[in-house]
Formats: sequence, C-alpha cells, structure tokens
Amino acid sequence: VICCYRKPKTKRAKRFLEKREPKINENTKNAMLIKGGNANLTVTEVLKDIYAVKKPFAVLYKRKNITRPFEDQTSLEFFSKKSDCSLFLFGSHNKKRPNNLIIGRMFDYHVLDMIELGVEKFVSLKDIKNSKCPEGTKPMLIFAGDVFDVNEEYRRLKSLLIDFFRGPTVPSIRLAGLEYVLHFTAVDGKIYMRSYKVLLKKSGCKIPRIELEEMGPSLDLVMRRTHLASDDLYKLALKQPKSLKPKKKKNISHDAFGTTYGRIHMQKQDLSKLQTRKMKGLKKRPAEKSVEDGEASPKKLKSA
Amino acid sequence: MAAVRVEAVLAAAEEQEAEKRRSITVEKELELEYDLGNLLAVDRNPPPAAALRGAGPRREALLQALARDNTQLLVSQLWELPAERAGGAGGPLVAQLPEPTFRLPREKPPPKPRPPTRWEQFARLKGIRRKKKTSLVWDEQAKEWRRRWGYRRAGGDPSRAWLAEVPAGADPEEDQFARLRREKRERVARNELNRLRNLARAHRAGSTVPAAPLHPTGHQDRDELRRVARVARVSTASLGRFQPRLPKEPAEPPSRSGGKKRRFEPLLGNLAAERSRQLEMLRDMSSKKPVLDITRAVNKQMRQEEAEAAAANKGKKQSKRGKRGRRQQRPGRSGKKSGARRQPQQQKAAGGGTGG
Repeated sequence: VICCYRKPKTKRAKRFLEKREPKINENTKNAMLIKGGNANLTVTEVLKDIYAVKKPFAVLYKRKNITRPFEDQTSLEFFSKKSDCSLFLFGSHNKKRPNNLIIGRMFDYHVLDMIELGVEKFVSLKDIKNSKCPEGTKPMLIFAGDVFDVNEEYRRLKSLLIDFFRGPTVPSIRLAGLEYVLHFTAVDGKIYMRSYKVLLKKSGCKIPRIELEEMGPSLDLVMRRTHLASDDLYKLALKQPKSLKPKKKKNISHDAFGTTYGRIHMQKQDLSKLQTRKMKGLKKRPAEKSVEDGEASPKKLKSA
Repeated sequence: MAAVRVEAVLAAAEEQEAEKRRSITVEKELELEYDLGNLLAVDRNPPPAAALRGAGPRREALLQALARDNTQLLVSQLWELPAERAGGAGGPLVAQLPEPTFRLPREKPPPKPRPPTRWEQFARLKGIRRKKKTSLVWDEQAKEWRRRWGYRRAGGDPSRAWLAEVPAGADPEEDQFARLRREKRERVARNELNRLRNLARAHRAGSTVPAAPLHPTGHQDRDELRRVARVARVSTASLGRFQPRLPKEPAEPPSRSGGKKRRFEPLLGNLAAERSRQLEMLRDMSSKKPVLDITRAVNKQMRQEEAEAAAANKGKKQSKRGKRGRRQQRPGRSGKKSGARRQPQQQKAAGGGTGG
C-alpha cells in the first residue's frame, strides 16, 4: 500500500498516508490561502472571505510569508506537500502591484498554472448586510463573455476558477438547496466576480422563477502576469486513467430516429432439424418416405 | 353567443399560460453551454460593454440582471433533470446529476500498478489462493472465543511461556528460551529483508536504472551479478574462450550466431543432412503412433486450467478486495517447465517410450 521504506506503525498514520496517495478517483481539491510579506487590509479581507466560501476545503494561514511566487516556487510547493493542498491563493501588496492576488494550482506538488490578478474594488461579506447561505453550499458557476473562449489566458483562468470554486463532486443534489451562485463577467479587460443568493419564487409552472439578492464577496479583477504550464505538461495533467472511461455496451447501437438495435450472435444451425410450424398438408406420406430411403441407401453401398 | 364565449375563455387561458411561461423564459442570442455535473453555465454572448463602462449602481444593476437571466436558464436546465423524493414521500426533492463534462487537470498523476512480489508470482504460478481465516479462534483452556493474534490471544501470551520442550535431537545443555528468542529475531529480520527486496525490485522495475557497475557494490542481486560476470569474462583478448571456470559454474557454449536470435541454414549445403531430415519427417507423418506426448500435454492443460480458475475467482472477489484485488494482474500461462515437473516418474518413462 504505502511504498516507502518506513511502514506506518499505527492505523491512524496509515489512514493519513492513504488519504494523500494518488488515487483513481481523487479527493476534493483543497485550497491554501497565504498572506505575503506586505499584505494590506483589503487583501487580508479578500482571503478571509474566500476562506469562508471555500470552507471546509481550504486552509487559511495566519502568518505572513515573505516569498515571491513568480520568482521562487519552492516554498509554495513545500506548503502544498505539508498540507496536501493543490490550489492556492497568495495575497500581497506593493507600490508596483497594489492589491495583488495570485491564484494557482499544483500537479504532483509542483506548480502547474499561476495567474496574477489585481483587485480594483472589493465589497466584503460583512459590508452587505443580509442573510447568507449556509457554509459549504455547492455554488452554481456562470461565466459570461466571449473573451473566456477566445483568449488562451482567459481560458486557463476560467478553468482555474472552476477548479477553485467547484467544491466536491456529488451524484445528486437537493433542488431546493441551490442557493449560491458565482457569476463571472469578462468585459473590457476586467473580470467582475459577483456572488448572489438565489431565491426561488413561485411561477405558474414547475420551474421556479429566480430572483437574486447580492450577498457575498464581489471583486473587480484585472489580469496581470501569468505563468501557465506548457501544453504537454497540461495534457499530462489532464490525462485520466482508462478505468474511469465509461464502459461501452457491446452489440447495442442507435440510429438517427432513436431506435435501439441489438445484435445476437447465433451458432451454426442445422436447418434440417429446425422446429417450424407444423403444416398438416406438407407432412410426408409413408410412400414418399420409402422412396427417399430407397434413394439414400444405394449411395451408401457405392462408397464402401 | 356561447361559441364566442368559449373562444374567449380559451384565448384568455392561453394568454395566462403564456404569461406564466414568460416569467421563466429568457431570450438570448446564443444558447448557453451547460455542464450540469459541475453546476456550470457558460454564456458566449458578448456583454454590453458600453453600458458596463460607467461605474456605480447602474453597472451593478446591469450585472445583476445579466446574472439573473443566466441563473434562470441554468436552474431551468437543472429542474429538467430526473428528480425523485429522497427518504420517502415527505422528503426533499433530489435531482440526479450527470457526470461532469468539463475537463479539469488532476491533482496527482494516476497510480501505477505495482509489480507482484516474489511470493505473489509463485502463488500465481501454482494457483495458490488466499485462505479466508476467521478473526476469532476457540480457546479450549479459557473456553471462549479469543483473537487469533494480539491482545489476549488464543493460546496465551507467548512471552510468558514458562515451559519450552527440548526437541528430540537437540543438545540438552542448550538454552531453549534463548533459542526461541533468537529464532524469532531471525524470522523478523528475514521478513524485513524480503520486504525491502520486494520494494527495491518494484522501484527498479518502475524506473530505468543505468547499467550496473562492473565491480561488486554489495547491493546487487544474483541476476545482476551473473550478467556482470558474463560481461567481465567476455572482455578478454580471446573473448573469454580460455578463462578458467569455477567448479560449479556451467559451461556456456559460445553463440556462433553472434547475438542473432534466429539462424537460417544455407539453401544448398549439406545434402546428406537435408536427406535425413526429410526422411525423418516422412516417417513421422506416416507412423500410426502420435508424435505428441499425451501425458505431458494433459498435465500442461491441467496447469493452465488451475491458473485460470484462480484468476476467475480473483476476478469474482475483486469488488470485495478493492485496491488489492485490482492490483493483481491476470496469471500468465505456465511454461513447459512446470508441466514437466508435474509429471509422475513412471508415466514419464512410459510416455518417453511411446512418444519416441
């Protein structure tokens, strides 16, 4: 199980190591929220709010860490290995890059993608005074804007944001519990992130009418530097093991009209011994039978 | 008069229906793309850039309206999913989400299956399967069910054993307790050594190791040393032909093909050899006795069937076994060696006689 020269001596240690080893179906990704050497109030508040949104799949580090992710990634990788987090959000502030947020993800405890975003405007959870939704709600994610598909950097940013805010993958969801929605709009070189609480109102038919109420953190972001993974590393990270592919059912096919066809493979049949419907008129009469026998026997005599 | 009223009523009903529908319909130029497994919707329509440029509450209102429209569309899609009432009639309405389609990179690379250990290889070859043992054993002395090993095991605590019998052929002066302790220590050490060897083998199998150094390092195993010895023997001026051999080392004939795996006879060469070969082939074809040794073939078949049965049982139990079951690979076909070994001695002589 644990391929290490040191075997775990307790069950607890074994469970701890089993949770961290690579699996076919992976765990939900954890995020670590780190403050840089000179983080100001805005950035700290942003980190705290995002932590509230991502609980319990996030770790908020209290102390300031003096590192520069774009220059040296070793300390980030060390933290990732210690806390088993593959997503990170690093906040810092200086004159050249005010209110800086670096959002990134890891593959195999090495940095895969990193995107630096600048916070231009921030409205915190505390500032908007209304009821909030419970902790740990799976949010609905909506991306508006054609930039998210056209530009390569925006495409990676979209993938990163989905990875970050997605939450655990569930097989079924309570329809009344769809309370939280995160809406990202990319316009004019800016990205507006807004969070709303969803109110389901009665409409005449089964599907309810949606009313939104501004709730949680809202950010106006600007894309600054990026450090994206090379294409082949990204492809390697995207690779899923074969066992996860859905198994195709053999011998079943569908045509354009929706009809399902099946194939049955039969063994070779002896057509003379087929059980068909009995037609009394076609039954062999005794005279015909003797003629057939008479014809069959002379052939036998010849071969011997 | 009545007809007009009926028409009016129908028209009014239709308008009401349309009104209801209007509250949940949203007009969009381009359809959104949905990934319901992730509760994700992507809107490709370019947002009104000019309107959003001006800061302030107007922008917020516009963003909220856009968000409301998109959320309405997403929720409509989610409500279309097959839903059921969880936990009986009174429970909440729960929808079955499909698998997420948006491809996201993994956290860690997928796990590689580890190679089987020496015992696992042997067990697969012989068709040995794991015997399921009960967790509790009946202890006659204590007259109750006790654990097989661990705290309060059946058969009492082995460290408190006050009697150690002297075995038949042993030295009467020897300290039996010391012997038992020493043997346990040796067993534990051997087990640990084998575990580390298996780990090293698995690790080596995974990564490509560079060529072995020609001097002994003390960490090489038998096969590696054999390879290295062969290379050292051949690297003399006469290519190892006059090197003395150790008493038990087998004599290796030099491969005249020079490393090629298949050798073909020249077309026109030894006429006598060709004649004898063809005559022998004709003799075999015309003889009534079978060339195939039946007993050997039957034993080989039995070996194969046993291995397949073991694999089928492993396959059935895979779901219960989980990780361990999935990691064990399919058994390979047993070689000729095991088939020959299995053959009983008297049959071999008879088989040899008839087969010939």
